[in-house]
Amino acid sequence: MTTKEATFEYLLRLGDNALILGHRLSEWCGHGPVLEQDIAMTNIALDQVGQARSLLQYAAQIEGEGRTEDQLAYTRDVMQFRNLLLVEQPNENFAHTIVRQFFFDAFNFPLYQGLARSKDEHLKAIAEKSLKEITYHLRYSSEWVIRLGDGTPESHKKMQDAVDELIIYTGELTTADEVDLMMAEAGIAPALEQVHTAFDERLNAVLQEATLNRPKPSYMQSGGKDGRMHTEYLGYILAELQFVQRAYPNMEW
Amino acid sequence: MSTKKNWPLWEVFIRSKNGLSHKHVGSLHAADAEMAIENARDVYTRRNEGVSIWVVESGHITASSPNQSESLFDPADDKVYRHPTFYDVPDDIKHM
Repeated sequence: MTTKEATFEYLLRLGDNALILGHRLSEWCGHGPVLEQDIAMTNIALDQVGQARSLLQYAAQIEGEGRTEDQLAYTRDVMQFRNLLLVEQPNENFAHTIVRQFFFDAFNFPLYQGLARSKDEHLKAIAEKSLKEITYHLRYSSEWVIRLGDGTPESHKKMQDAVDELIIYTGELTTADEVDLMMAEAGIAPALEQVHTAFDERLNAVLQEATLNRPKPSYMQSGGKDGRMHTEYLGYILAELQFVQRAYPNMEW
Repeated sequence: MSTKKNWPLWEVFIRSKNGLSHKHVGSLHAADAEMAIENARDVYTRRNEGVSIWVVESGHITASSPNQSESLFDPADDKVYRHPTFYDVPDDIKHM
């Protein structure tokens, strides 16, 4: 794999994470538990779709095949997506949504801190802008994990269930593969070990304050970011996300 | 939306620019003060409205009663001399 190919793959990962999680959060629009949270989640969704746009635009530019960010978002099929399995998991209830968001933010925040020091100037600029948004996302999701975990017996149970169910998707976040190693070596992305340490510390601190147990699963699911496999949910997301462009190719409005 | 137990109501004040004072912009529900700040950020500052937020639980505000308005405010009506309009402002002073 050349550095250019690896960079393209890596940008797809970053862009797809933002796109798919942004889409997931957008599903709450009009359905939030209270008005204030409906707006908060929609705000975060908009931040993420905005990040996806910049990242996929840059990915298309690196690829150099004349594709646009819209073509990358709307015309790739499931197996060409490179997002983490975590972000495609369904919303279920507010607890699941918040735990998914927190796991992702706890990983994404140190990752973007590293990307904001990237040797790739374009990616560095995107990361610096995004980091302000991600700092708020992490604050938002952490505060909710603490309040719901250390809340009523019912909220605690729902949060613990969500943690137990989603923890198996966290291994993939900080396990480096060939692309990650190449990016770290080229100084384009931070080494995932650093991100892993920060992620672990954040999880332990927040879950402890939230009186939630951090389970130690005997195996972790993987395959999202390297495109080996996705969970069945991604197909349904794309069916909704891509419907208009599939039914009316190249339509604009 | 759960109606069993509603979160308390908070009044939100936003300072739009440094140097200006905080201004009441509306209210919202939140479980505690920290969350009220976050909600206020999401509900009231999405379009660049602010540089600072205050939140106060609505129950902590003591308001004047409309029935008292005559005794509170009417006595000021006929005291024009309280307005600083009887001075000649020198020409050199621009921003008065």
